[in-house]
Amino acid sequence: MPAKTVYSVCGMCPVRCPIEVDVENEQCRFIQGNRQVPSIRGALCTRGAAGIPFLRDDERPQFPMLRKGERGEGRWQRVSWEDALAHAAEKIAAVRSQHGGRSLLWSDTGGPFSDLRQAFVRALGSPNYFSEESVYGVNRQHAALSLFGFTDDRLVLDLKHAAEVVLQARNLFESVHISQANDLLDGLENGGRLTVIDVRATVTSGKADRFFLIRPGTDYALNMAVIHTLLKHKLYDAAYTERWIADLDELSRMAGVFTPEVAEAETGIKAADIEALARDLAKAAPKVVWHPGWRTSRYTDSFFVCRTAFIINVLLGAVGAKGGLPLAVRPEDVSQKGLNRFTDLFPPVTDQRADGVGWKYPAFEGGPGLLHQAFSAMQNGEPYPVKALVTYQQDPLAEFPDPERLVALFAGLEFLLCVTSTWSETAWHADLVLPVSAYLERESILAQLDGIKPAFLLRRRCVAPRFETRADWEIVGGLARRLGLQPLAFSAAEDIWKQQLEGTGVRLQDFGGKGMVELTGTPQYGRLTEGFRFPTDSGKVEMVSFRWRRQGLPSLGPYAAKSSPVPGGFRLTLGGCGLHGGGHTVNNPLLNKQMPENVLWMNQAAAARLGIADGETVAVSAQDRTGRIKARLSEFIHPEAVFMVPGFGRTLPVESRAHGRGLAANRLMPGGLDLWDPTGGGVALQEHFITVRKL
Amino acid sequence: MSKYMIRHDPQRCISCKACEVHCQVKNRTAPGVKPGALITVGPDRLPDKVQVTSAFRPCFHCEKPWCVAACPTGAMVKREEDGLVHVVRALCVGCRACVGACPWKVPQWDESTGKVVKCDGCLDRVEEGLHPACVAGCTTHALSFFRPNENVRKVRSLYAKSLLVKKNEG
Repeated sequence: MPAKTVYSVCGMCPVRCPIEVDVENEQCRFIQGNRQVPSIRGALCTRGAAGIPFLRDDERPQFPMLRKGERGEGRWQRVSWEDALAHAAEKIAAVRSQHGGRSLLWSDTGGPFSDLRQAFVRALGSPNYFSEESVYGVNRQHAALSLFGFTDDRLVLDLKHAAEVVLQARNLFESVHISQANDLLDGLENGGRLTVIDVRATVTSGKADRFFLIRPGTDYALNMAVIHTLLKHKLYDAAYTERWIADLDELSRMAGVFTPEVAEAETGIKAADIEALARDLAKAAPKVVWHPGWRTSRYTDSFFVCRTAFIINVLLGAVGAKGGLPLAVRPEDVSQKGLNRFTDLFPPVTDQRADGVGWKYPAFEGGPGLLHQAFSAMQNGEPYPVKALVTYQQDPLAEFPDPERLVALFAGLEFLLCVTSTWSETAWHADLVLPVSAYLERESILAQLDGIKPAFLLRRRCVAPRFETRADWEIVGGLARRLGLQPLAFSAAEDIWKQQLEGTGVRLQDFGGKGMVELTGTPQYGRLTEGFRFPTDSGKVEMVSFRWRRQGLPSLGPYAAKSSPVPGGFRLTLGGCGLHGGGHTVNNPLLNKQMPENVLWMNQAAAARLGIADGETVAVSAQDRTGRIKARLSEFIHPEAVFMVPGFGRTLPVESRAHGRGLAANRLMPGGLDLWDPTGGGVALQEHFITVRKL
Repeated sequence: MSKYMIRHDPQRCISCKACEVHCQVKNRTAPGVKPGALITVGPDRLPDKVQVTSAFRPCFHCEKPWCVAACPTGAMVKREEDGLVHVVRALCVGCRACVGACPWKVPQWDESTGKVVKCDGCLDRVEEGLHPACVAGCTTHALSFFRPNENVRKVRSLYAKSLLVKKNEG
């Protein structure tokens, strides 16, 4: 049988790149990026390349499993889908009738394929839908919301046409976003310049024209000093700021004390270098992108860091500019209708959210939610009991700090359901595991992508499932049918797609030889047109957010000096790499072989003082938590910091390759569920100190 | 040398190893077997910056391959039409003479099959007019693949055109 090409969408990380897959005799032979997409041109990163080994791997949940022993004991009973769905529906119905729909909490990946699942949670009468941005991007989203009145998915980072790019704690060339990485490399080839700010040298900083090795936790001081310089020397775009910024005076007042010299003392970056950066950015304006960050759950002031990053972009007129951060174009902006949404089939739930978002924290938004604030409701019943937790392709026990505490909180749950395509720490503790097909074996609902070229994207099934696994729409549909939610009880993917497309003028056959339908022919860079109004109280970009003020929160706080670690202690910092970005890839046959365990990056001189040599196994501890890990010494990591890739130290015997390899970073964060940024909502993963000892 | 060329651009390379994994997937190798390898060093201090650098090492498809000369069974073959050096699996007895003979240690020993696996330039893909897997999937287009004269023509024409444009602008 000749090979055919199936156009689909990658599922190895949250970026979700368009792919094309060579399929022959019902086998995936080769996979690469979609060659017809200009920003990708066939490229597919290491994790994406490992999609076929993931598909072929037997070490993933192969059939529905019901827990037999205690939670986490790992004794399972294989059950049929019929029984599994009946059991899950019965449990959900019982919790719902006894405690109300709101007592169900759904932790999801979020992203462009999540509408059907969100609709299901809404249909059950629960306000408690959370996305993974809850642990990654919530500070960034809230920073944008507090300034612009919308979250940052309304902005595009035009790295291709930017003349100056600043990547702050965004290791773009290791935690790869393929189109952004290529856009930036194209831009650099065309004369663009790159500044990288990080606590250690990386592949990304190696591509930079300017690298600031910053003292960990002091980014806010640096950003304020850049703002200070822009304002003091009138380097900002005066006409633009006059038109679009509210309370510039207040910003001046706040930034007044942050001279580059003050920032130098905090950050370790020379005042002259800070000033030079600000001047270079001003010269390049508005073609400037100061990246607001990807993982922004780092410090207790990360919200201010993201917010000042956006403010620098605004001062330089970059928001709404080609080469800066143009507005994402939506279907309605090009006189087209967007996809029909399943969530619109049900009325919004009026119950209060368990995490306090919208009432206790009125400034915050329910999109990602604050999962760390909702967990406690499982145990203490405040504001009301949460009795059922569903995780969809999420692993809170690997992603959130302090898994020991979280396991204890799970004790309050009557039902813990894991819907997942890989094994995970959370799945091991579940009452029921419903296995999702690998993304090469499943279809998804259509996705709508806003951007320079708004498009609809189709994830098609490339091959039939190898095991007794199902697509998420089949699982949601199966539960919906049993719970009397007929509008979500689809039995064919085509029916879903047709319903989404109805009235858009786009037909299913239009996806044919490309896997996507672009709604405009030429790229469009959304500008701030004369009649434009930011959806804030003032209609402008608010330096002092009315919304935040109503919650009694500062929009920009005074800088709280960061404490240095005690001798022998280090601030724990985290980040992804090209091979792994979380736990779900560490058991992949090829990715595991590339990097079977994580290492502890340490400053060479700091390690020498402790008598630690490169490659040596060291003991680490944080309060009562201990572990062992190999040290990886570098001259180019800040002496106060150690660095780890999270997601290792897996405890599941069913993952033979990953089991017991490396160390789980989140275990070294006792009490971490309560350590968070009160103005942005994100957990503060990098406010933990660990002690390193020679063995 | 083969008629083809794989070029590695260190300016674009992000040392991500996607080339290795694309190769392994396409050639269905065991996890430890890497026909093409990306060798990375760093971060190291260079005169003007701290850098991570990589070099890509597929097979050179030598003009007079040591591996072909060393192979006692005729399993290692240099293809006449385009010079790609490859293993005829049925003839490979797993003696590893080629592994020893290759100055660059390109041939890989696959324990699970007892045979040698080697970068064959993805000759099946090349026959179909496609690029080798490592090039096709490279995350940042740091790898590029050229066919006979194609690149020469392209570069020559680009250069000439750029001169004409300058002349017109001037």
